[in-house]
Amino acid sequence: MRGWLQPHRIVLILIGLALVWLCVTQMRWDWLPKYAPMMAEGLWRTIWLLVLSSIFGMALAIPLGLAQAAGPWFLATPARIFCTVIRGTPLLLQIWLLYYGLGSLFPQFPWIRESDLWPILRQAWPYALLALTLSFAGYEGEVMRGAFRSVPRGQLEAARAMGMPRHLILWRIWLPQALRAVLPTLGGETVLQMKATPLVATITVVEIYAVASRVRQDTFIIYEPLLLLALAYLALAGLIVLAFRWFENRGPVRHRPG
Amino acid sequence: MKKNMTAALALTLGLMAGAASAQNVKVGIAAEAYPPFASQDASGAWVGWEVEMIGAICAAGGLTCEIVPVAWDGIIPALTAGQIDAIMASMSITEERMKTIDFSDKYYNTPTVVVGTKGMEMDATPEGLTGKIIGVQVSTVHQAYVEKYFAPVAAEVKTYQTQDEANQDLVAGRIDAIQADSIALDAFLATPEGQACCEVKGTVADDPSVLGLGVGVGLRKGEEELKAAFNKGIAGVLADGTYDKITAGYFASSIYGN
Repeated sequence: MRGWLQPHRIVLILIGLALVWLCVTQMRWDWLPKYAPMMAEGLWRTIWLLVLSSIFGMALAIPLGLAQAAGPWFLATPARIFCTVIRGTPLLLQIWLLYYGLGSLFPQFPWIRESDLWPILRQAWPYALLALTLSFAGYEGEVMRGAFRSVPRGQLEAARAMGMPRHLILWRIWLPQALRAVLPTLGGETVLQMKATPLVATITVVEIYAVASRVRQDTFIIYEPLLLLALAYLALAGLIVLAFRWFENRGPVRHRPG
Repeated sequence: MKKNMTAALALTLGLMAGAASAQNVKVGIAAEAYPPFASQDASGAWVGWEVEMIGAICAAGGLTCEIVPVAWDGIIPALTAGQIDAIMASMSITEERMKTIDFSDKYYNTPTVVVGTKGMEMDATPEGLTGKIIGVQVSTVHQAYVEKYFAPVAAEVKTYQTQDEANQDLVAGRIDAIQADSIALDAFLATPEGQACCEVKGTVADDPSVLGLGVGVGLRKGEEELKAAFNKGIAGVLADGTYDKITAGYFASSIYGN
């Protein structure tokens, strides 16, 4: 605890407390009870969108990175094209292409409209989750490519010389080291992913940002909902950073030759 | 002496007239297309019934007006912050809005209808919309109406930033019904997509406390002079036939209401 309480942190905490006190006493919060349940629901939607899209995105990013780092050309080229297209176009555009593009094509086929999948396909969240997942996969695929490359070749060659099968090499030597190398980057990328989630509000997914703008539009109160929104995102970002730090500290310490 | 006074009076009057005509009133319209009231033609110029009416009312009220497109969801804050001086964006006069801004007399008032998917059993009553997914534009009187009467029985109420997006989702089958101004929806139903998918299901029961007292010019509170000028302009176009002349170019009958 004492080590954590650095002078710069104490100052920041004091400034923060003063700001909170000012906000609570000087601003209008009478709208809060009415909208609190909606905000909680929105926050939960933001969280699960972030968690699921990060997990699914990462699951896609590993093969994407591997294909680019060591795959044959017929896997490497599509992977590289995918990453380039995703990273080269705005996420908002991707979301709209999926929702207003792909999503509007579906109802033209009666068999889709009558299928059991339609109640899901007509909703907005599957498109939001898909777009966020693909975006995360695109960025992390590129990161993973570098991470796979950064593992010293000598280790892989040694493992092969010992007669270790390829999938075991990947599972025990290559992937763990690549993931460890990429953890600090991944923390930052997850925070960025969190900041990308408000874009799904444009396709009627009511997450926390959409609730805040709803309050703004209903009551014409501007600063208070936006401040609360900033606070919610800050808290989420803090949690993400802490979680990744915990992961980083858990693994074995890497000894570098002095 | 008398001559002097007359001269002084003439000078004062002249100055006042000069001040009034030189005063550039920034009239905010919604930056989103809302045909046939306001939309952009191929060259990017704003056209439509309301755009013509702004010109006519300003001329009759002795004002020099300049049209400023503002995003709909920020149009009231833009007015209170002084970025614009008046709102003429099909904004209904409601008690909720009167808490923040002032309104001129109404310049049109049209019935509110529900449009739904063809062949689907429904009407514009809570019973008829039970279990349906309803789409509505955010922070409009229609949203307030839907929240009050239909939300308790509907499967879901989805809110959209623009009416166009709600229309699109109705075409795509993601929502079952939309509620809006009859004229805006007539324009939608006249398009090939609208004709193919949807039909008017009925006119909702009137509730002036929610649906308002018609559409007026939104003004900052306390600007009585500007309000008087707009009221004079509205009365003027109604009296000299300009109103009917402009209306005839867009609608089959008068939309002034009663």
